[in-house]
Amino acid sequence: MYNRSSVLAVTALSALLLASTPSAQAAGLKVVTSTEDLAALSREVGGDKISVESIAKGYQDPHFVEAKPSFILKLHSADLLVVVGRELEIGWLPPLLQQSRNEKIQPGSRGYLDASLTVRILDIPQGQITRAMGDVHPMGNPHYWLDPDNGRRIAQAILTKLSELQPADAPFFAQRFADFDKRLGAAEKGWDVVMGPYKGTKVVTYHRSWPNFVERFGLDVIGYVEPKPGIPPSPQHTIDLIGEMKKLKVTIILVEPYFDLKTPQSVARETGGQVVVLSPSVGGVKEAPDYIQLFNYNVNLIAAALKGEGK
Amino acid sequence: MVRFRTPFFSSLLLVLLFTNPSFAQTSDADRLKAELEALRLEFSNRIAELEARLKAVEGATAAPAPAPAPVEAAPAPVEAPPPPPPAQIGGAPAGSSKMFNPDIAAIGDFIGATGKSPGGGEPSLELHEAELSFQAIVDPYARADVYLTFGPHEVGVEEAFVTFPTLPGGFLMKVGKLRDAFGKINAAHNHVLPFTDRPLMTQNLLGGEEGLSDSGISVSRLFPNNFAFIEATGQVFRGESAIFKAEKRADLAYVGHLRGYRDLTESTNIDLGGSFAEGHNDAGAGETTRLWGADATFRYRPLRRSIYTHFMARTEIAWSQRSEVPGPSAFGAYGYLEYQFGRRWTSGLRLDTADRATDPSVRDKGASLLLTYAPSEFSLVRGQYRYTRWGDRTASNEFLFQFLFSIGAHGAHPF
Repeated sequence: MYNRSSVLAVTALSALLLASTPSAQAAGLKVVTSTEDLAALSREVGGDKISVESIAKGYQDPHFVEAKPSFILKLHSADLLVVVGRELEIGWLPPLLQQSRNEKIQPGSRGYLDASLTVRILDIPQGQITRAMGDVHPMGNPHYWLDPDNGRRIAQAILTKLSELQPADAPFFAQRFADFDKRLGAAEKGWDVVMGPYKGTKVVTYHRSWPNFVERFGLDVIGYVEPKPGIPPSPQHTIDLIGEMKKLKVTIILVEPYFDLKTPQSVARETGGQVVVLSPSVGGVKEAPDYIQLFNYNVNLIAAALKGEGK
Repeated sequence: MVRFRTPFFSSLLLVLLFTNPSFAQTSDADRLKAELEALRLEFSNRIAELEARLKAVEGATAAPAPAPAPVEAAPAPVEAPPPPPPAQIGGAPAGSSKMFNPDIAAIGDFIGATGKSPGGGEPSLELHEAELSFQAIVDPYARADVYLTFGPHEVGVEEAFVTFPTLPGGFLMKVGKLRDAFGKINAAHNHVLPFTDRPLMTQNLLGGEEGLSDSGISVSRLFPNNFAFIEATGQVFRGESAIFKAEKRADLAYVGHLRGYRDLTESTNIDLGGSFAEGHNDAGAGETTRLWGADATFRYRPLRRSIYTHFMARTEIAWSQRSEVPGPSAFGAYGYLEYQFGRRWTSGLRLDTADRATDPSVRDKGASLLLTYAPSEFSLVRGQYRYTRWGDRTASNEFLFQFLFSIGAHGAHPF
């Protein structure tokens, strides 16, 4: 009697203990990133020496991620958290972090990496800003990963961080970074060739997600479908935009996959232009499973659209 | 016995209070490293920012410069100081003393009501509440949240607590004035509710708008596993709230809450909870009130269209047993359906039922239809048609409307 119940108790206790230790560390550092772009870059550097998970999916609006408790579990067992920063995640990451009960990844700790600290940031507001301007980011535009050179810098920051946290594999990480750097450099040459003929082409985008991208590839954004960042399209603004596009002969509207296509499509109909749904993040479409292919996809899509216009 | 207990409790408290700092002392080197790292990050952050500003200035005057060399992640490249913008002349930025100011926000909640209600109901027009919030990190071990509420007749502390998020053993501890972790709605502030009012269940059994809210200590822990998110919370309160009354120090109130959450798919999830609370009530010495509650929520939000649509179904049920009231316990429940049908538009339906806590044989029932228009995430306008069939067979037919606005720091979106 005694024996059986004590055996039962021990079994139950050990089952509970086993259940509470999250699936034993299989592969090195456990890295959690806020977006799939950062996850992809972490994978480029870390390879199979780390495990990587992203919180947001590539096809969802990274400003509006729900703070689901399942994300708390991911953060709870993370060794390193990589975030986009510049207040992109301000609406959902702080409560997750607070409830993660994980000392290692709190802001200011070794396991917290803000990827925006070593990259080139655009649209840093000068002077007074108010929310009358819409949902402006006071620390600059957070969509900075859409410039391949920033991707390289993020990867470099990840390299530094991984080497610090897992020094035994530092040469491995350095090797992988060098390889990624080389592949990215080669790919950039290809993209320049593809986009070369379209330098200076005027385009319209839905949200202000593409300043780094258009700067890198020489496109010229003359307007946005949103009247102000984060504010949905209004009739008057749409009419103004159509007028402006006709005047400047703009035929391309770049849209993120998580926005409604109704307004962009009616603008395209009015102006004889076309809507191009790009992928702003890795994983936004299945043709963009990693960082380099993300640019392949977007660059080819834009080039094809502009070529189709070809006069 | 009593003698025994007090030292035991105080030593427990001591252990709780000091585990964290002493834990940190054992790894002084680590802390130093972390501090250095923070310093390094801060420097590289500043350099990157200055660089970006420099680029902006250059871009304004000359043709775009070639892509800059990668920023070294060390505070070395200070050799080419860019002309700082006027606001930053003199070393430290002008706002450096403000950098440690807490995040401040103010939320205004205006409610209007029309229609007939035998009991009086809400006033015709009222600035129901203005809430001020202050939030900041205290030190490497804690953060603090203070919410002050200014009502038409009173000023109060809605919540004010310090959180120790990373205690050893995976514990998270809050100390201060808190809304009790009883169910879903009780812990929520007015401005995050999807209604203009609180359900009858809350009004009759759980202390109305003020609700279960008291000074105390809350400890919660995760039970990590691969199947679901499971969190257990235990709280001890002074025992003074809209429900509980403490005549002496020993009249503490206790709350326990267990939450289970699981993603069904990337778009759907289910959230279950069970709650218990016990404390002394105002009926006289030794009389107590016990509360049991359960809640269930189903959510659907397709990720590709997450800003345009979502659906939520939620129900909460609660029982209240006052020791001085013989017979069965009083029961209350609400069910709520919410559907977002546009980027700015959300509709809702709520069904209410609740016995009176002091007379469980009297039951009030109600139904509400809701429509919410949110121009941005910082403001909303809401209308609510509410029908209530009171236990004394009178009825209310009312229309309520609400304007909510929020300024200041960008708060997190509630989930």
